[in-house]
Amino acid sequence: MVTQQIARPAAINTEHLLEPQWAEVTSITKEINDVSTYWLKFTDPAIQKAYTFEPGQFNMLYMPGFGESAISICSDSNDHSKIGHSVRFVGNVTNAIGRLKVGDVIGLRGPFGTYWPMKELEGKDVFISCGGIGLPPLRPAIYHILHNREKYGKVTLLYGARTPADLMYTNEFDDWRKANIDVQVTVDRGDSSWTGRVGVVPMWFYQFRFDSRKTAVLTCGPEIMIHFVIYEALARRIPLESIFVSMERNMKCGQGSCGHCQLGPYFICKDGPVFRFDAIQPFFNVEEF
Amino acid sequence: MPNDHKPEIGSTIVIQKETFNAILSRLKEKGYETIGPRVKNDTLIYAPIEQMDDLPRGYITEQDAARFHLKHTGHSRYFDAIPGAQSWKQFLFPPRAELFALRKVNNLWEASTPETKTPSYAFIGVRACELAAIQIQDNIFMRSDFNDPIYRARRERVFILSVDCMYPAGTCFCVSMETGPRVKAGFDLNLTELEDVFLLTVGSEIARDLLKGIPFELASAFLLRNADQGLERAASQMGRKLDISNLPDLILNNLDHPHWQEVGARCLSCTNCTQVCPTCFCWDATDEMSLDGKETHRERVWDSCFNPGYSYQAGGNTRPTIRSRYRQWLSHKLGTWKQQNGTLGCVGCGRCITWCPAEIDLTKEIPMLQEEAR
Repeated sequence: MVTQQIARPAAINTEHLLEPQWAEVTSITKEINDVSTYWLKFTDPAIQKAYTFEPGQFNMLYMPGFGESAISICSDSNDHSKIGHSVRFVGNVTNAIGRLKVGDVIGLRGPFGTYWPMKELEGKDVFISCGGIGLPPLRPAIYHILHNREKYGKVTLLYGARTPADLMYTNEFDDWRKANIDVQVTVDRGDSSWTGRVGVVPMWFYQFRFDSRKTAVLTCGPEIMIHFVIYEALARRIPLESIFVSMERNMKCGQGSCGHCQLGPYFICKDGPVFRFDAIQPFFNVEEF
Repeated sequence: MPNDHKPEIGSTIVIQKETFNAILSRLKEKGYETIGPRVKNDTLIYAPIEQMDDLPRGYITEQDAARFHLKHTGHSRYFDAIPGAQSWKQFLFPPRAELFALRKVNNLWEASTPETKTPSYAFIGVRACELAAIQIQDNIFMRSDFNDPIYRARRERVFILSVDCMYPAGTCFCVSMETGPRVKAGFDLNLTELEDVFLLTVGSEIARDLLKGIPFELASAFLLRNADQGLERAASQMGRKLDISNLPDLILNNLDHPHWQEVGARCLSCTNCTQVCPTCFCWDATDEMSLDGKETHRERVWDSCFNPGYSYQAGGNTRPTIRSRYRQWLSHKLGTWKQQNGTLGCVGCGRCITWCPAEIDLTKEIPMLQEEAR
């Protein structure tokens, strides 16, 4: 496993368990029907100044009275003025977040977890393959590549959503393409105006050429999609050590203490969410593990 | 022979049993809340004790799968009754603890943390397996990269008076788990009960000071031999045994074994095993909000991997079946725990066997994986 080190996070209270810092919603971007991006800024400027994160890490967002939810950071890790979270409204906490207005405050702890190994990937081709709400945790990695484009080889984004209306961040795709990132999109179901690909993400792998010796695959999305992305990657002789997966479990404390997010020996909140695939392979195909 | 000197650390002294009351008084004088085994409602609990008479003198417990019976035998010993459902976990890792309260003032939340005084406990009668469990939880809650402030504050203040087990119960298997019956380390004072006297082994400077002025003699070779024989007999009388030589591999290589389905069909997913287990550490956090929505209290509560909501997330429930939840519990306890913390998560106390209403007995389930192993 890759060992990752990060300076002591600015917004994790070590004296009082789970006590958050407070952040103000500075703006809200509606992305798609059930997802909006909340742009946050700590109410305490000193914490805002000290707060840094790596692409792929997450924060615990806290709505008093409702609880916490683990939400990955979708903004640029070089931008220290604000923190972005794209939130899909599915449960108690996220629906409460959905009722926030600009100027409201929300509790925040973080950042937590491992991150995409952007340093290690330098000099390699990067194939980013994700589905649905799996794109937000990869967007900071894309931003990192944009800032350091010359350090990476061929970069591809293969992104899928259920319908054309569920595609996120589409207004940025042209910028990404201008930076020589091959952005390719597919949907599960098209509509009358859709002329692009129809089908799930893994089935389009055959359209790409991989140099297996120098390609790294980064993936995040529904677990079933991840399964088949890995299957397709392995079929192209990409080694286990070049596949990186961001996993999802019920995360509560973020510090590997409460037990909920365990996957075999790992606490996904602490030892993940980003794993090199060889670390989790023994547990990956065990049903309901 | 009265003696005003303090015994050395590592030495074993002998005291008359009634002298133990003086030790309890000393502990109280030093501000400790003395907690020990007490008989209540026909069972054994851990509760405040004032004097030796509060201890379960003359009692033993008969234990088997789904069976706990407190029996009065009339013998004169104080520490023969193997504990009940409760463990020391509840004192160091409270089942319910308020984390903070929030009040909404002008659209902002003001936090206040409860001003509770951290209790100083003196645990009286910690068994070897229970001491091993405390050490396992130390590794969970006091890691280099995570410190649980609630656990740590309590743990640092605790005084541990451990006790060697002379009469194990029917569900005990500490010998298999290599944790008992003899207490080896991690105590302030260790007590070995012989028929007429107590032997006390001094384990810390605090204990040494505590004994200052208490009349004692160094234990004779005869008495030490007596204690050794008692412990050897106890080791040979374990009610259960478990071969751990091939753990954790046996479990991790058999995650798809059909036996998980078989045991899952018997398991009620009642969470008893996780609540009585002295090492289970999972917790949840809940909010209790006032009706006007202006105040909320955030609490930490014990959780269990057998609760259906434990693995619930936006994409659905990771472990929707009892089979998968039982497998999670056992494969963690006797499997992946080792990679997480360097030891297995079981100390052989047998509580999960005694208190399982469905008579599920891990010492019988593990060999099933072995015998049918593909």
